[in-house]
Amino acid sequence: MEIFGVSMPAMLSQLLLGLVNGSFYAILSLGLAVIFGLLNVINFAHGALFMLGALITWMAMNYFGVNYWVMLIAAPLLVGVFGVVLERLLLRWIYKLDHLYGLLLTLGLTMVIEGVFRSIYGVSGLGYDTPELLEGATNLGFMILPNYRAWVVVASIVVCIATWYVIEKTKLGAYLRAGTENPRLVEAFGVNVPVMITLTYAFGAALAAFAGVLAAPVYQVTPLMGQNLIIVVFAVVVIGGMGSIMGSILTGLGLGVIEGFTKVFYPEASSTVVFVIMAIVLLIRPRWPEAPPMPTPPACCCSP
Amino acid sequence: MKLLCFALFASAFNLLLGYTGLLSFGHAAFLGGAAYVTGHAVKVWGATPELGLLAGLLSGAALGLVMGWFTIRRQGIYATMITLALAQMLFFAALQLPFTGGEDGLQGVPRGKLFGLLDLSSDMTMYYVCLAVVVAAFLLIVRTIHSPFGQVLRGIKENEPRATSLGYDTNRFKLLAFVISAAIAGLAGALKTLVLGFATLSDVHWSASGHVVLMTLVGGMGTLSGPLVGAAVVVALENKIGELGNLLASLTTIDWFNTLGESVTIVTGLIFVVCVLAFRRGIMGEIIAWLERRGAGGGGSH
Repeated sequence: MEIFGVSMPAMLSQLLLGLVNGSFYAILSLGLAVIFGLLNVINFAHGALFMLGALITWMAMNYFGVNYWVMLIAAPLLVGVFGVVLERLLLRWIYKLDHLYGLLLTLGLTMVIEGVFRSIYGVSGLGYDTPELLEGATNLGFMILPNYRAWVVVASIVVCIATWYVIEKTKLGAYLRAGTENPRLVEAFGVNVPVMITLTYAFGAALAAFAGVLAAPVYQVTPLMGQNLIIVVFAVVVIGGMGSIMGSILTGLGLGVIEGFTKVFYPEASSTVVFVIMAIVLLIRPRWPEAPPMPTPPACCCSP
Repeated sequence: MKLLCFALFASAFNLLLGYTGLLSFGHAAFLGGAAYVTGHAVKVWGATPELGLLAGLLSGAALGLVMGWFTIRRQGIYATMITLALAQMLFFAALQLPFTGGEDGLQGVPRGKLFGLLDLSSDMTMYYVCLAVVVAAFLLIVRTIHSPFGQVLRGIKENEPRATSLGYDTNRFKLLAFVISAAIAGLAGALKTLVLGFATLSDVHWSASGHVVLMTLVGGMGTLSGPLVGAAVVVALENKIGELGNLLASLTTIDWFNTLGESVTIVTGLIFVVCVLAFRRGIMGEIIAWLERRGAGGGGSH
């Protein structure tokens, strides 16, 4: 079976790879949106946290022989704790300042984190085994489905939906959304906003690390693996806006799929297609999402 | 001479960040893009150096026009992300197009003769030409900042809605500032190609943009001399950091410092963090503030 001269299985496997990439975009842009909503900081270090998740897992597996499934929980926790440290030590000093300082500070952090690991591991990729349970592939008749990739997509979507549910439907999420709208008022109602902010950053960091653990067997683990990803995620955020959780998830997945298709039909453009789409969106919808006024942080989690 | 190029680059960047309040994270695109154009024009088409510089300037301006046109559609942090994304797009394009020589870059770009008279292959002549170009461009920046146009830009930085309500078309002003800044950054890139004789991918990579942000931040954004000082500090630091590490190692007998030269990224990252947390006005900004305080204190004692 062929479509436009491309065989169906090849197309479907690229589509799947696109979905895999898309789920990473979705998780990362989700984390960026949540952090930006409450902290007012664009977390450039998100790519580095993603890398940390993958690298910690690699280290634990290689040095201590820890199981993949344990690390799937442990790595996000560790990176989350690291996020708490970062937030308490550094980030909390700059909330009152212009956005650009947040970006610069996290950029500096990224350089430090990546530099440290680069001086230890170099830039070459580190091998990483797929967990045994998910090795091999399932033949679905019309295509061969590599189990691990299917797992990545499913796991990411579950995590995204869970996050969406917590933020949109639970009391905790209501506090969070209220804190985004008006932190002072929420504090007056007796919610400990600083703690909430710290935990939010830790949560965003843990999400990034979770994506990192998932990504490790698909990509190669290198200290620089987060660098290019974060810029693509920025483009995703520009396209989808940081206004809604569901928007981030859908934009991320959709762009991953489009990228996958581009790989089939015109491979040269696959690395730029997301940026091209961003440009087109800017042309068609020049004023959406409405840029928030500077002094108040934008509403983060209201459904569109 | 590399220092001069970076000083010019940082000044051009500062025009946008320090005086218009637009943080562009895509200035590497102008530097690197213009460097490629100049390299290609001089090497393949056999253009003279002055034409090469002009080509760099114009290509920088053209790239700035395109990027600025997209960027002014969003504000604040979104605008920054757009510049970063567009610059990354150019990076991938440069990686794949045959025009740029891919990962090897353009090498062996001849310096040629300026106006057919001055032989630039001598480093001394090249240096003075370089200096002249940088000084001229810097004066242009100073002139821009002190012109009515520059005052409007400052107004936009301070309070954009008010500038709009005063009847200024802020988008046009921002776009023009973008183009001027990009053109001068392009000039810096073109000059760099002539001086070093090559144009590489690292000029287009986003870390070059990060670099110029750092220079401006260290020197002091929104001050005229800041970017110059910042560029000097950062370039010197990168060249000398290995020696500094060795010195520290011999002083403290901690072997780890010997490896400092390999870890420039860590140190630059740390400088970023320290600057943002404690030192936001930069070197020149602190000095100016100190002088003003002293002036104010002296005035009070009379």
